[in-house]
Amino acid sequence: MSAPVRERRGELTVRPRPGRVRRPVRWPRLVVVTALALVWVFPLYWMVVTALSARADLATGRVGLVPTSVDLGGFRRALVDLPVLQWVVNSAAIAVVAVVLTVVVDVLAGYVLAKHRFPGRTVVFFCIVATLMVPVQTLLVPQFDLVNDLGWINSYWAVIVPRSAEAFGVFLARQYFLSLPDELLEAAQLDGAGQLRTLWSVVLPLARPLVAVLVVMTFTWRWNEFAWPLVALRAPELYTLPVGLSFLQSQYTTDYPALMAGALVSALPVLVLFALAQRQFVAGLARSGLR
Amino acid sequence: MRAPGAEAPASRRVPRTTPRTATRRPVRRWLTSYALLAPALVLFGLFVLYPLVQAVRISMTDSTGIGEARFTGLDNYARMVGDPVFWRAAGNTVLLALVSVPTSVATGFGLALLLRERLPARGLFRALFLAPYVLSGVVVAMAGRWIFDQEVGVVDRALTQLGLPAPDWQSSGAAAAVSVFVVLFWARTGLVVVLYLSALQGVDRDVLEAAELDGASRRQRVRYVTWPLLRPTTFFVVVLMVVEVFQTFDVVRVMTGGGPAGATEILVTYAYAQGFQARAEGYGSAIGVVVFSVVLLATVVAWWVQRDSEEVA
Repeated sequence: MSAPVRERRGELTVRPRPGRVRRPVRWPRLVVVTALALVWVFPLYWMVVTALSARADLATGRVGLVPTSVDLGGFRRALVDLPVLQWVVNSAAIAVVAVVLTVVVDVLAGYVLAKHRFPGRTVVFFCIVATLMVPVQTLLVPQFDLVNDLGWINSYWAVIVPRSAEAFGVFLARQYFLSLPDELLEAAQLDGAGQLRTLWSVVLPLARPLVAVLVVMTFTWRWNEFAWPLVALRAPELYTLPVGLSFLQSQYTTDYPALMAGALVSALPVLVLFALAQRQFVAGLARSGLR
Repeated sequence: MRAPGAEAPASRRVPRTTPRTATRRPVRRWLTSYALLAPALVLFGLFVLYPLVQAVRISMTDSTGIGEARFTGLDNYARMVGDPVFWRAAGNTVLLALVSVPTSVATGFGLALLLRERLPARGLFRALFLAPYVLSGVVVAMAGRWIFDQEVGVVDRALTQLGLPAPDWQSSGAAAAVSVFVVLFWARTGLVVVLYLSALQGVDRDVLEAAELDGASRRQRVRYVTWPLLRPTTFFVVVLMVVEVFQTFDVVRVMTGGGPAGATEILVTYAYAQGFQARAEGYGSAIGVVVFSVVLLATVVAWWVQRDSEEVA
């Protein structure tokens, strides 16, 4: 929505922007934002405090806002007594394979839909984008039946393959490739490169920022996913971390240190990824608003 | 911003064939295109479009997942009309949308305005507000369940110390609904902040400066310049949030399980409970089809209105 506005004013780069430099920090504003930020971080902070507290201290309400002692019992119970580590391995394996598969599908389809001209292109693009509107929950029953027929229930393929059809990724990839100049591809073809060669040695090297966004988004979605693995995986040793955690939540309702330790193990990778790749997240999210 | 269809005319203006490709036989090029598209076609066809058709078909049967299912026409939909739990779930879903969408939009817009101008550590603040959004719904729900624990939760402890009544977040229906709303608000508002922040970058500073020179106060500039200019963003945010509310599964499922006594049941959790726990696959599918229809309707109406307003502009 910004592009047309900017294009309309040609003098954008010529005129200085008065008033931007001199404005001082507004203290009331800073105080309000800081207070809200503290409220926003508090649940995360409280998860850490809880995970590092003794179970008995929590039950009696002896844990203050600032903890006075550290107890690793919660982490020990979660990681040693309960199969949280196994679920971490399952989730990581599923997320990594799913990322590879999804990104390949997204890049291929996005590139072809943006730059190739062939009959049926619009129909294919429309059908793929239309699936953005299909809620995951609507498909749970028929997807379960389908995966059951394929004999995939209780296998990781049941979780990985159906979710590799990620319309948002295809959409993002197509938008990205549309901005590549056609001249570039034509030059490659004039140099005698075939379609596959052009894709491999001209397009892919230019697609790195796109791939970064797709990897970050897809990993986060698969790592966090709940409803579909809940349906597709029946054996507890195959659970992904979110499914396993929800199972623990229903079984060990009062062992909050262990529950919060498990939740932190699930939250940490995405928070680290988010801290390292904030730009990619924001790029992906800002686009997600445009669906 | 680029709407999906907006590029099509522009790219059609490109000559259909370059000198080099004109000499090739087009059918071969088309085959290459389809070969590269094949993985996407198979995946989307088999795992999204086919199940979607199946969802509609199963919703017209008495399928239990075991044995042969009988075709029952619209019986499942008729059952919905007389099912009080369905209406309760539908009412809760609509209520959640009516309460949480405006609150998130207002807060997100306000925070984006606060974060836009000179402020130390702006990036850090933005990251802090967005952080809960990247967490899984399960983690968010677990944190929410613990913070709102009615025995030893930190919210009730704080309320008690302030001399306020401490609600029974798990056993009182209204309190449980409030706790779910607060947790969703915490988890999702960050997205609204980010969307508004990126839209604010596109607001013409000259227009704001002109308004300032004309004597418009800070509040008037927001009210009469910024807010109207961001109308398309607001529109998208509202549609996105409505669609998200209708698909809120993880947080409700894990935090309250729809309880107590159905007080926080929403359509998608009820569809899951019917389809996978009550083994009423047909009925569960029918509820899923209703959710899909609502989301589809919201998106199509949104797209329509958006397109019209762009033509006017």
